[in-house]
Order: sequence, then C-alpha cells, then structure tokens
Amino acid sequence: MKKLISIIFLLYIAYQLFVVFYAIPFGTDEVRSKVGKFYLEHSPKDLQVANTVTSIVVNFRGFDTLGEVTVLFLASTALGSILFRRREVHTRLSHLRTSVEASSIVRVTGRILFPMIVLLGAYVFIHGHLTPGGGFQGGVIIATGFLFLLLAYRQFTIDHKTIMWVESLAGITFAGIGLVGIFMGKTFLENFLGVGKLNELISGGIIPLIYIAVGFKVAAELTGILDTILLISITVDETENQTEKNG
Amino acid sequence: MDNLQILKIAFYGASISLIIVGLYAVITKRNLIKIVLGLSIMDNGLNLLFITIGFVNNGTAPIFSPLVMEKYKTVEAASQVMVDPVVQALVLTAIVIGFGVTAVALALVLRLYRHHNTTNIDEIRNLKW
Repeated sequence: MKKLISIIFLLYIAYQLFVVFYAIPFGTDEVRSKVGKFYLEHSPKDLQVANTVTSIVVNFRGFDTLGEVTVLFLASTALGSILFRRREVHTRLSHLRTSVEASSIVRVTGRILFPMIVLLGAYVFIHGHLTPGGGFQGGVIIATGFLFLLLAYRQFTIDHKTIMWVESLAGITFAGIGLVGIFMGKTFLENFLGVGKLNELISGGIIPLIYIAVGFKVAAELTGILDTILLISITVDETENQTEKNG
Repeated sequence: MDNLQILKIAFYGASISLIIVGLYAVITKRNLIKIVLGLSIMDNGLNLLFITIGFVNNGTAPIFSPLVMEKYKTVEAASQVMVDPVVQALVLTAIVIGFGVTAVALALVLRLYRHHNTTNIDEIRNLKW
C-alpha cells in the first residue's frame, strides 16, 4: 500500500516535470544562454583556449572551482574523521588485509596496466585545454589505477603522509597562482601569463598550470578516499568473521 | 514526428525517469546502501537533464579543435554550431560534488553498520523518534 501510494505520487511528479520541460524549446539556437555565447566567443579570442568548458571552469569561473576543490578536500577529510580508528588498532588490523589474495590474472594485469593508466590520466589533465578532459577527469583516471593496485596487491599500502603532501602542495599551487594575480595589480585568478596560440600545448596562460595542480590534487584525494574505505571495509568484514569464529 | 521531437522525448524522458527511480529508491527502500545508491542515481538524472537543456540540433562539442577550425574557418562561424558550454561546466562541478556527497554518505553508512551491525533503517532504533 505504501509502495503504491509512493508510485502514484512519483508518477505524478514525473508527469509534471515532463510537461514543464516539454514546453521549453529544444535543440534550437534560442535555448543557448547569452552567457554561453559570450564564453564561446571570448574563450578562443581572449584566452586562446580551444576547450571552452575548461576555460569556463578554470578561468571565467575559477573561484568556483577553487571552492569545488575545497569541497572535495572536505569530503576526504570528513571521510577520514568519520572512519577514524586509533593508530594501534589500525596497524593491528592491517595484516588481515593481506590474508585475501587476488588471482594471478588480476595481479599481472594490474602490474602491466598501472603505468599506462597513470600515463593516460596525465595526458588527460595536461591536455585539458585542448581536448575533452581536464584535471578532475585525469585525477579520477589516476585514482582508478591506484584502485587497481589496491585490489590486486593486498599488501600494497598507500602512505597517507605522501598523499597529504601532494594534496597540500597542489592546493597551495592553485591558491598561489590565484594570489599572484593580485600581486600583479589585477584580480584573484587573473590570467597574468601570455596566452599563446590556439590549439598549441603551451597556450591559455595559467589554465594548464591550474589544471595540472587540480589533477594532482584530485588524484591524491581520491586515492586517499579509496584506500580509507577499502581498508576499513575489509577489516570490518574480517573482524566480523573472527568474532563469529570465536563466539 | 521528426527526429528532433524523438530526441527531445527520449532524453527528457530518460533523465526524468532516472530522477524518479532514484527518488523511489530513497522513499521505499529500507537498506541504507540502497538509499545512497538512489541519491547517486538521482544525481546522474539531474546531470543528464542539464546536458539535455544545453543541446543544440546538429551541434558539436564546444571545443575549437583544428578540425572544427578547418571546417568553419572563423571562430564566429564555429561557435554558431556549438552546444551551450555553461551547462557542461556546471555539470562538471555537480559530478564532483556528487562524488563527495556519495563518499561521505557511504562512510556514514559504514560507521552505522559498525555500530549497529545492520544497514536496515527499521532496525536502527536511534533514528526513530
């Protein structure tokens, strides 16, 4: 009965949403916002950046991206504090992780694929202003490489101190590049370098630099998050099994 | 009914049904992990809805690659056939925020599981009042 009511309620919401969005003109030129047209014209002319989405994310709305990176940092910090476990407990439980062994196919493939995945991630965030992709996407790709290693080699551990340093340095680079704009007598995150030529690797001024910093930061944060969740969840399972055996 | 009409119904229908499926999971499911998954599905539906609003018929990605510049010669002509980049930038932000929300929610679920030994919200009495 409860399910039936909620289904009727949801179908009504779906119908109303569909009616509203059906009334909006679709696919014609008039749906494009004036802001979008402004960005499309000024990104290749003023900034010489081919990928308009990148120039919006990093330059026109760069302050917003700084906030976004902060949210990601907060998420990883919150994860660490929610799943907090005292150091001695942590080290006492970490050997349980090595008791489960991945199959040899996974281990060999992980070893071969890991450098390629990292290379692809680096390519994606270095060419963020020329091709689809950017710091966030490249960082996520690199983090999947680390996830592969974590799944394949259970004795593989990630040093959280290194991750913290990479993350902090990348964040400081982002904020520092923004502050240099102020010291040059302009605004925060002002593009103070020469913009170069369209569709060249070194173009767009500070945009590639910021996206490289974002790539490192996202890769470090996501690797930390994956490692935290994976280690905690595996040890939770193992302690469950052990208490069952003992009890 | 032309192609554009079919595309419109298909994309709006798909994104709205994703949102509704996610909402259904959040309302009716009792397992906390399923609720988090429902939130994640809703997130994806919203992202698809945003991208659909920015669509332009026969449009290309908003990237002035060498091939596009060769075909249309000038920036003005090329920007006429490109989809709206603003929604794409917004969705890029939304995906990252959605990831953060999902990760923190799953961490809370893990913590609850460790405390109560269950992920069923009916059995976690502390949540009731």
